[in-house]
Amino acid sequence: MSDSTYKVPTMQEMSAKGEAPEVLFWVGCAGSFDDRYKAVTIAFTKILNKVGINFAVLGPEESCTGDPARRAGNEFLFQMQAMSNIQVLNGYNIKKIVTACPHCFNTIKNEYPELGGNYDVVHHSQFLQGLINEGKVTLKDGGEFKGKKITFHDSCYLGRANGVYEAPRDVIKALDAELVEMKRCKTKGLCCGAGGAQMFKDAEKGNKEINIERTEEALETGAEVIAAGCPFCMTMMGDGVKNKEREHNVKVLDLAELIAKNQGL
Amino acid sequence: MEYISQIAFLLVLAVAAYFLAQRIGSIKKNINLGKEVDRSDNSGQRWKNTFLIAFGQQKMFKKFIPAILHLMIYVGFLVINLEVLEFIIDGVAGTHRIFAPILGDAYTVAINVFEFLAVAVLVSCVAFLLRRNVLNVKRLRSLSGWPKLDGNLILVIEIILMFAILTMNATDMLLQGKDEHYVQTGSFFFSSFLTPLFEGMSVDALVFTERFAWWFHIIGILAFAVYVTYSKHLHIFLAFPNTYFAKLTPNGQMNNMDEVTTEVKSMLGMDAGAPPAEVARLGAKDATDLTWVNLMNAYSCTECGRCTAECPANLTGKKLSPRKIMMDTRDRIDEIGKNIKAGKEAESGSPLFSDDYISAEELNACTSCNACVEACPVSINPLDIILQGRRYMAMEESSSPQSWNSMFQNVETSFAPWKFPPTDRFKWADKLKGEEK
Ligand code: SF4
Ligand code: SF4
Repeated sequence: MSDSTYKVPTMQEMSAKGEAPEVLFWVGCAGSFDDRYKAVTIAFTKILNKVGINFAVLGPEESCTGDPARRAGNEFLFQMQAMSNIQVLNGYNIKKIVTACPHCFNTIKNEYPELGGNYDVVHHSQFLQGLINEGKVTLKDGGEFKGKKITFHDSCYLGRANGVYEAPRDVIKALDAELVEMKRCKTKGLCCGAGGAQMFKDAEKGNKEINIERTEEALETGAEVIAAGCPFCMTMMGDGVKNKEREHNVKVLDLAELIAKNQGL
Repeated sequence: MEYISQIAFLLVLAVAAYFLAQRIGSIKKNINLGKEVDRSDNSGQRWKNTFLIAFGQQKMFKKFIPAILHLMIYVGFLVINLEVLEFIIDGVAGTHRIFAPILGDAYTVAINVFEFLAVAVLVSCVAFLLRRNVLNVKRLRSLSGWPKLDGNLILVIEIILMFAILTMNATDMLLQGKDEHYVQTGSFFFSSFLTPLFEGMSVDALVFTERFAWWFHIIGILAFAVYVTYSKHLHIFLAFPNTYFAKLTPNGQMNNMDEVTTEVKSMLGMDAGAPPAEVARLGAKDATDLTWVNLMNAYSCTECGRCTAECPANLTGKKLSPRKIMMDTRDRIDEIGKNIKAGKEAESGSPLFSDDYISAEELNACTSCNACVEACPVSINPLDIILQGRRYMAMEESSSPQSWNSMFQNVETSFAPWKFPPTDRFKWADKLKGEEK
């Protein structure tokens, strides 16, 4: 076993060898299937490899947390999903979980305990903030983002739902970039329009799409990068930027991608 | 003859107390029509929230100007109500300014403070009337009908009541020394601006004006108290318990349906404990399926529209308005309460979740973003009601939008909301495994 290639160990492999990971990386459905978000999954995996974190994924044993089903009202389906996930997680005696999806984060952290799943759950923005603070990731200065204007779009399920506002901002500031805030941010942030299972159906009749309104606010800041920390926000903001025909000079990037790029991964 | 005014006062007091008790009783009954939910935990945190958010108006201070104006009315009313105590004692005992001899100079100071607050309330009410009717504050101007009238009425009433206090004090000052009934108090700063208006009057006319203002003020206050129970102004009382009993768990956490858990456990062959109890209804179809906290929320809503002003769905022209969710809930539970009183079937009329109140289109538009919950100055949670309505649609009616039903199916069969084979879930790693670092 050489150390020169990336590895993505599964829990099954690990437990077969009688090993236990320090942290389980919960990839989530978007992180597994959505083409754009797969890149984020890969970027985060590269960081974990680079830093030498002892992690594992569930791989084929992972399943939807049930978040969209619950929010669309299907409590039965949610609990079926939740309980079978909890069986798997408890079966492997998982203690700590990191995920790049605020919806998975919220559900596993807040809603699984009542069904018997108790884990220490962090969002990848908090995990990255920790790595930076501990000096495990040292950001190159003069990197690609130095002095660039970056704005952060708060995900509702990270911010208002769980009060995480600073971790993602700390990550951006560590890049030596200029963090610019939108008119509506933090507690007053505007939803991308995809939460509450909206991702999986057309919007009701209105006079504008929510993601367009939000993209306009992001563009008003003059930022070259719109940073996101959620697969749904990523899709919605990405679509918004395309709709405004600004994709040539405004990028929508996840926090993990920002770090990975800075590190040349 | 002596006692006529005292008897009249007692009568007025009794009538007001009767109506007030009636109203409080029926609101309490209506709230208790809601389902049980336990909010008895964590009293330390609950008191802290009540102190900061309700008493300290913490959430109002997101915007400074309305917060200051509101604060003046709030403090004004809290403090001026102390004066009402003296009114009541005087009214019952037939005395005049009974506290004046007891407090001495401090009394003059106290009345001057009250007058200052009365003027502050006056100024604020005028400013609020302008905001509601002249300035373009969308969340306020979008109201119409009774809610609009209600908002304006209360401000006008408050202005008149404050004028009554000042008139009373002005004529009182002129009477001191002319009529031995009137206690020497020294002069009051604000009402002395009004004294020139009354200077030419005879003693009798002055006494009449002073008495008229006194009666007007106290009857006004009592009528106001009864009126409040019919109005959005109920928040002046309910904001406190409402904040105390608000949800303390993280905003993103949806409550677990324990009745479903028992069933799912037995489906999965896990030890379910007690056999599943007969579940009357999954989710909420009508106001009585909501919890008593939801219903108290509805009576606490001040119709300020801060929630709707932050709602992404509403901002982009969709029908959903969290304020309307709260107003509809209140209207419907009021209707159910009336049905019961009239001996009719409680559920007569349209249920809460129907086109006459909250339509499916409104329910489905919510992104569960919690902006409304965050915005509400009195800790109301419109999202909780929305999600309970969706549960009914999904589990009892199967009337969720078609694309949600497909999503449910995908989760059930492919374990992801999209229709990808579950075996592809780990494909993302193929490219990476073995790639050089
Ligand atoms: S949670 Fe729903 S109702 Fe409340 S602001 Fe968000 S979209 Fe609007
Ligand atoms: S729910 Fe709260 S924010 Fe919304 S109108 Fe009522 S009081 Fe105002």
